[in-house]
Amino acid sequence: MERRIYLDNSATTHTDAEVLQKMLPYFSDVYGNGSSQHFFGREALAAIDEAREKVAKAIGAKPSEIYFTSGGTESDNWAIKGAAHALRAKGNHIITTAIEHPAVIQTCKRLEKEGFEVTYLPVDDEGFVTADQVENAITDKTVLISVMTANNEVGTIEPIREIGAVAKKHKVLFHTDAVQAIGNVPIDVVKDNIDMLSMSAHKFYGPKGVGVLYKRTGVKTERFMDGGEQERNMRASTLNTPGIVGLGAAIEKAVRDMEKNNAHVKELRDFFVAEVLANISDVRYNGTKDTSRRLASNANFSFEYIEGESILMSLDLAGIAVSSGSACSSGSLEPSYVLLSLGVPIELAHGSIRFSFGKDNTREEVEYTLTKLYEVVARLREMSPLFKKFEGEKKYV
Amino acid sequence: MYNKKVMDTFANPQNVGYIEDNDGAGKVGNATCGDIMEITIKVKDDVITDAKFRTFGCAAAVATSSVATSMVIGMTVDEALKLTNAKVVEYLEGLPPQKIHCSVLAEEAIKAAIEDYRKRQSEKK
Repeated sequence: MERRIYLDNSATTHTDAEVLQKMLPYFSDVYGNGSSQHFFGREALAAIDEAREKVAKAIGAKPSEIYFTSGGTESDNWAIKGAAHALRAKGNHIITTAIEHPAVIQTCKRLEKEGFEVTYLPVDDEGFVTADQVENAITDKTVLISVMTANNEVGTIEPIREIGAVAKKHKVLFHTDAVQAIGNVPIDVVKDNIDMLSMSAHKFYGPKGVGVLYKRTGVKTERFMDGGEQERNMRASTLNTPGIVGLGAAIEKAVRDMEKNNAHVKELRDFFVAEVLANISDVRYNGTKDTSRRLASNANFSFEYIEGESILMSLDLAGIAVSSGSACSSGSLEPSYVLLSLGVPIELAHGSIRFSFGKDNTREEVEYTLTKLYEVVARLREMSPLFKKFEGEKKYV
Repeated sequence: MYNKKVMDTFANPQNVGYIEDNDGAGKVGNATCGDIMEITIKVKDDVITDAKFRTFGCAAAVATSSVATSMVIGMTVDEALKLTNAKVVEYLEGLPPQKIHCSVLAEEAIKAAIEDYRKRQSEKK
């Protein structure tokens, strides 16, 4: 394979070279257990404390409100189950949306089996939920609202500040899964009225296997992992020093470079979207066209008459990595529930492809991708029993 | 998840197309499920002389369509009716478990085309 073009930056990003360099000493030289009292341990703890301060600064929190976890999924599980269980005596109702990540949806499903009632708010055809919808769903039994900051499939940025304000007004806890948003969307947990927030380092050029749960001072949750007294006795397990150092370095850099990275990625994305819509017939751009309310990195299309996994595998053969919302690529029978929630017809959901751009992608890579995409769409359409030859001005079928 | 044989077949499928003056046509699956396979055959003296397919579906669906059509060319219709999805999978040196249904679809599409051929034959009599 001659080319290796990575357009799946919402799935994961590479660890930034500078970030990696900062992590390396903590595997071998500074290897102490951060909970040990001797100097080996104190050296590790100092690095962990520094990372904690960087995370706190990046989202406007206090260092004492930052808890290190194994990633976004753990943070979501902890926030939702921890708060629900701690508040069980007060009520059993949770409000979330139909387009959350499985880490939130499946956690809510688990709580339903325990007797909780969950409202999954529908979204509009662009993928948005409104603060009014949230407010109207609140009952005297509501103990938690969980709405993602930005969606992983279609990149919609939800109105979390308004939702946070509604939560505050009704004295209900507000959690947001900000896994896709950190480094892409400015977040201030105080101004945005966020009580709990989940993030994952590998989405912003940090390492895999490390994340954060921000928990506002005074928010009560159950402890997540039983064992030692790490993380103020709330999350047992030896602290992952290299990972935590990497997360701290990555978030500092991601927030510092946010404007620059967003401008670059947005230029690539906007060029790509315009070219696809101009040159390919019968294609649907999923999500919102309002670029101020969409992650700069995200483009999601449904190509009519053809199926997403075969597009994905064809691009793979051409050295281009993307992801698909088709059932075939997920291993289930249903295509993306996110696209279906936006009202995308089921056959078009099967034909969806997500392109997610990153800070290191180049214009030349995007141009190459366009050329290959035209070939792939034309080839698969020729092969499709649904395709009627397009008689029009567009160049590529 | 796909082996090299499947990927090679997907990259260079045989028998893509639609035989306009076909003697039998079969179409199985639906867009809601994400798979549609359409196979047309040409038959002379009960022997399948040509077979072509058009498929809406994943890489496995395309690969199994290609293999199934290649396999039945030269077979009598009775022989072709005995083609099983297991033989298609064997030829492809295996498919991921969640893709086995694609090979079943290929078997069904061949059977549907032959049924259509037989129906037309009996109508002629």
